[in-house]
Amino acid sequence: MTKTVLKGAIAAVVVLAGAQAALAGDGGLVINGELEMITEAPAADHLKGSLTTVYSGWVFRDVDTQAMQMDDFDNPGMLYVDQGEGMWNAPAGTSEKSCADCHGDASESMAGVRTVYPKWNEAAGEVRTLQMQINACRTENQGADAFKYGKDEINAMEAFISMQSRGMPMNVAIDGPAAATWEQGKEMYYARTGQLELSCANCHEDNYDNYIRADHLSQGQTNGFPVYRLKDTKLTSAAGRFVGCVRDTRAETYKIDSAEFVALELYVASRGNGLSVEGVSIRN
Amino acid sequence: MKFTRRDTILIAAGATATAMLPMRAFAAGEDEIAAFTGGASIGDSGVTLTAPEIAENGNTVPIEVNAPGAVSIMVLALGNPNPGVCTFNFGPLAGAQSGSTRIRLSKTQTVTAIAKMADGSFAQASSEVKVTIGGCGG
Amino acid sequence: MAENVTPRVRVPRSAAAGEVITIKTLISHIMESGQRKDGDGNLIPRSIINRFTCDFNGQNVIDVTLEPAISTNPYFEFQAAVPEAGTYNFTWFDDDGSVYTDTKDIAIG
Repeated sequence: MTKTVLKGAIAAVVVLAGAQAALAGDGGLVINGELEMITEAPAADHLKGSLTTVYSGWVFRDVDTQAMQMDDFDNPGMLYVDQGEGMWNAPAGTSEKSCADCHGDASESMAGVRTVYPKWNEAAGEVRTLQMQINACRTENQGADAFKYGKDEINAMEAFISMQSRGMPMNVAIDGPAAATWEQGKEMYYARTGQLELSCANCHEDNYDNYIRADHLSQGQTNGFPVYRLKDTKLTSAAGRFVGCVRDTRAETYKIDSAEFVALELYVASRGNGLSVEGVSIRN
Repeated sequence: MKFTRRDTILIAAGATATAMLPMRAFAAGEDEIAAFTGGASIGDSGVTLTAPEIAENGNTVPIEVNAPGAVSIMVLALGNPNPGVCTFNFGPLAGAQSGSTRIRLSKTQTVTAIAKMADGSFAQASSEVKVTIGGCGG
Repeated sequence: MAENVTPRVRVPRSAAAGEVITIKTLISHIMESGQRKDGDGNLIPRSIINRFTCDFNGQNVIDVTLEPAISTNPYFEFQAAVPEAGTYNFTWFDDDGSVYTDTKDIAIG
């Protein structure tokens, strides 16, 4: 299936974006007039035969939504980054230590972290998402209660850590000890399930840039997560989105912290290798 | 039943009165507009309303209003459960009589902006915004 | 975010005397419309920011009345004239009686 439609769509976006958002420059995502994001990249080797180019979800949103993400002040997701920063510096649990007490300045210690998650954790013998690792640190090192998945606190924490890698290209490992989990995620991605017999690929690989009802389908990349959704006016994590997406295709969805979604998150992240971490993105 | 002329006239008057009722009840925003203008006539130039043709999501729709020389601009969403959205009142140090914000629209509808000018006149601009359901409903 | 109501404002640090500047404001507030229902089907009562004002050196720049149709995390962008150096005072009024404020200084130059 050729994707010549997309070039036209991007060109149209460029024309409109130029008119309304002077920071658009060559039509790509430039934040605060200076931070250039990679929103289009050659697809990773493992996508040979499936995709030649990968696009950030930003590309598929309308001009106003795109503009909202181009200025940190206009981006309501930044409220959560501030919340995460506050949590980073706040003592927690029986340790009475804050993240900063061990990790110091996040802009140094957390730089690049978002780009390699989900990843294999040797000591734990499992692939972990960034949120799982945050909770592991909280319970094991801080002696505090784990954050509940799907709630604002853990999403705000992930948002703050994600910001420290903003602009850097995603680069999750799919080989070595993570390979089995990656294969499991890949299998899920292409499996048709549920009442509508839809797989992730049916929309996000076969029909990205087309419309489903009034929705402009993206490639379903996760480089922009956690996402401030205009619909919810709060943050959603990748796993949180999977819960909703699978449910909306009328299949039995999995729990937000299920092993299935950890595998899927690793696989989906690898499809976006090369695209910039966007900190906190804005989507519909 | 045999209708006298009297009966016919009374029934017709009743029917007309009934026919008029729904029109008054369904004129969305009418009360708010009347309260704002005091019943004065409203012109159609002098205020601009910028809103997307299709809202990315009805929960967060960016709009902008602009009315050079206005004292205040009232924004209504005529299809919402309650039409009121906001009213911008410009003070002496306003650099321009304009404002941008983000609003909630419950469905496809007309958004309207009414400006009260410094000379006491009124102007109105409207925009139809389509609000759609997401792809898989989510 | 309902408990943590945090205002943010963006004002240029300086301007020429008489210049018109763009001010952006954002406040984290759920803006409970009064239309939503809880798990038991009961209406969640309205609880919103109902008014926002910006003053400069004692004079009003803008005074906005908000209804429940303003989105969560109310955002406003408007223009302000800068006659002299001074301080912008921003005030948000909550249905529940709370008042949130922020200030920003601006220099001439």
